[in-house]
Amino acid sequence: MKRRIFLQTTGATGLVLGFHLGKAEAQAPAGRAEINAFISVAPDNMVTLQIHKSEMGQGVVTSVSQILADELDADWTKIRTEFPGVKPVYGTPMMGTYGSLTIRGSWNQLRQTAAQAREMLVQTAATRWNVPVTQVRTENSTAINTQTNARLTYGALAVDAAKLAVPARPTLKTAAQYKLIGTSPKRLDTPGKVNGTTMFGMDYKMPGMLYAAVERCPVFEGKVRTFDATKAKAMAGVKDVFSIGHGVAVVADNTWTALQAKKAVVITWDEGPRAGNSTVGLRKMFADMAATVGKSAQNSGNVDTALAGAAKKLEAIYEAPYLSHAPMEPLNATVRVTDTKCDIWVGTQIQTVAMQAAAAATGLKDDQISIHTLYLGGGFGRRGGEDYIHEAVEVGKHMKGTPVKTVWSREDDLQHDTYRPMSYTKFTAGLDAEGWPIALHARIVCPPFGQPGTATEGIRDMKYAIPNFRCEEHSPDVGIPVSYWRSVGYSQNTFFMEAFLDELANATNKDPVEYRRKLLASQPRMLAVLNLAAEKAGWGTPLPAGRFRGVAVVSNIGSYNAQVAEVSVTAGKIKVHKIVCAVDCGIVVNPAIVAQQIESGIVYGLGPALKHGITLDRGRVSNTNFNSYDPTRIDETPQIEVHIVPSTANPGGTGEASTPTTPPAVLNAVFAATKKRVRMLPARAADLA
Amino acid sequence: MAITFNLNGRAQSVDVAGDMPLLWVLRDTLALTGTKFGCGMALCGACTVHVNGAPTRSCITQASSVAGKNVTTIEGLSPTASHPVQRAWVEMDVPQCGYCQSGQIMTAAALVAKTAKPSDADIDEAMRGNICRCGTYQSIRKAIHRAAQLQGGQA
Repeated sequence: MKRRIFLQTTGATGLVLGFHLGKAEAQAPAGRAEINAFISVAPDNMVTLQIHKSEMGQGVVTSVSQILADELDADWTKIRTEFPGVKPVYGTPMMGTYGSLTIRGSWNQLRQTAAQAREMLVQTAATRWNVPVTQVRTENSTAINTQTNARLTYGALAVDAAKLAVPARPTLKTAAQYKLIGTSPKRLDTPGKVNGTTMFGMDYKMPGMLYAAVERCPVFEGKVRTFDATKAKAMAGVKDVFSIGHGVAVVADNTWTALQAKKAVVITWDEGPRAGNSTVGLRKMFADMAATVGKSAQNSGNVDTALAGAAKKLEAIYEAPYLSHAPMEPLNATVRVTDTKCDIWVGTQIQTVAMQAAAAATGLKDDQISIHTLYLGGGFGRRGGEDYIHEAVEVGKHMKGTPVKTVWSREDDLQHDTYRPMSYTKFTAGLDAEGWPIALHARIVCPPFGQPGTATEGIRDMKYAIPNFRCEEHSPDVGIPVSYWRSVGYSQNTFFMEAFLDELANATNKDPVEYRRKLLASQPRMLAVLNLAAEKAGWGTPLPAGRFRGVAVVSNIGSYNAQVAEVSVTAGKIKVHKIVCAVDCGIVVNPAIVAQQIESGIVYGLGPALKHGITLDRGRVSNTNFNSYDPTRIDETPQIEVHIVPSTANPGGTGEASTPTTPPAVLNAVFAATKKRVRMLPARAADLA
Repeated sequence: MAITFNLNGRAQSVDVAGDMPLLWVLRDTLALTGTKFGCGMALCGACTVHVNGAPTRSCITQASSVAGKNVTTIEGLSPTASHPVQRAWVEMDVPQCGYCQSGQIMTAAALVAKTAKPSDADIDEAMRGNICRCGTYQSIRKAIHRAAQLQGGQA
């Protein structure tokens, strides 16, 4: 590892983001020494931690700091944080925040890095005192001579410590020695988020900056044929109007004018080959495909033989629509392009993707591009995309030398998302004479997205002991942009799987929890969350009149969770009263943040269960704003209880853990209440009549 | 046009198009970026400010309409983030991504100013116009009850 003393003010790769500490402290401490890529210490003993993950609400500023500070024995009251630029040490092959990977992916690296820094500081103190390192202990960013009680702050040691060789195998703390890991200190990012000072991408400003908005072709893959900007250019404050291929960009001296003026541009579109797409047409196409054999995704035993010999056969078709991510902060990016450099100030989930998008758009090399990460007003997968960065760089390129912030409206966000794909699954199951499943066949039709296997996860990797199991997939590319949406393939497939399993239990009047228990007998962690959720929810105990329970369980992102939902249904209207969730996510860094993430995922999952989906007509998205894509609101949010299973297993993910489990838990409860099986999301009152 | 209003306790004059929404006057003209853009149609509440004490969606409020009125934004709710709602928000660690929270706090502050001890139903009624995609609603509910206690002088 390269060692150097790092005297930094505000550099391109170290944009200071200590805004939650207040403006006065946002400046980088003078004369700080960089001990390694994550840790630097200033003479006044202020420790600066580089947060290599993007903060989009999931608490990484706090939880990453906890891990580093614990192994470093840093003073928790004297730390500040920054978001660094792209470097391999912050993530390979990509620096980014996705897949609920922060803690589980960085757990070893962060502890190792901080322990190395601590040992370098200890070695420096031992040398100063001329004592063995065993005579030095550390606490609160201070080295202490255990014989003389002499003290040296990390700030006094850091410059020399940074010159030392990096210890290859530092001693890590045992769990019993943790002071911060496993506790819930207050989130470091809260103060700036209650006084309005946190700098989101949307809030970034620099001298001479202009604002852009883009009117995009309403049909995906369409292009600008001709446009007339006469009216738009006549509007006060409009600086330029130009085509960027898939749309027309308007640059103005404020956001409002840019958003108004783009509507005033008269554009003739070449709608391209996708103008015939509609939800109705795609459903029919998917249904037709589901009648034919697909590519094998999983095959064990012999499903056909087992089905032929089954005492009872069940078939069902499940469907889920395209979904938009709809983070509260509409997409935006501020870009300044020159002949030799491209700077981007943006809330991005994947800095490497942003860099590559800028390289592709400008022809510049990676090291001529600087990604300055700002706080994200929600991500949910949307901000891992390259489209909005590429587009903002195209605008910046046209306005060469001038910083331009390209801002999306909510309509732009909903109509030009990279969506969770629509999906259609046909199940066939065979039960034995006692009602236990001996065969399961799933045929999934879902546009391809992400890695191979993404479209089938949640079914292909289901954990139930069913001896004959086949999962097939069809992957029609229909030209609607798709990508990762919080919990990805599990977001729809766990609903399909867990609702259909409920159908199997109900086919012979078996208790849904008991049914799962038997089929999960060899899955101890699944069983444990199922049992804990059932126990905490009082499964099997009487409920007030009109209330019913449903259950679901999943293993995803290295974690396990089960949910029991309590609902009532009145005249087709579903009310979710309570959701109890038991989660096993291995070692927990911050239990309060885990509980927040589980709650968050549940509320996020309620929307597609009960309220919203994207619909298409004439190749266009029909939804326009939150009136036609209406997220879950406070009065629709149940009481949520989170129970964490104590564990010493390696950390699992939490950000995406709970979202898949909510729709099946809720709609299985709706079945208990109504005897109506909802097989298409979102549930509609008509389905329950 | 020149518009003068009282902003966070001080006289403020701006020269903007009269139909420009207050949201963009605050954010782009005056660099008060604590008030957020979420939907532009008063559907999400992220842009909520107080106009003469009433919670108001600044994204559909024309600048000319606030002439002579008192406008309070998150930056002016209290000089040191010590408003009972902000204290309760910190105590409960309400925000996740935080983008909607200025609007949530401004709506909640107007609620507890009008209703000293809001019930859950009062909270539903007042807050259902404020969307939070991180789903912090349960924490918001607890924090509003806590803010009511703090406002009433309870520790």
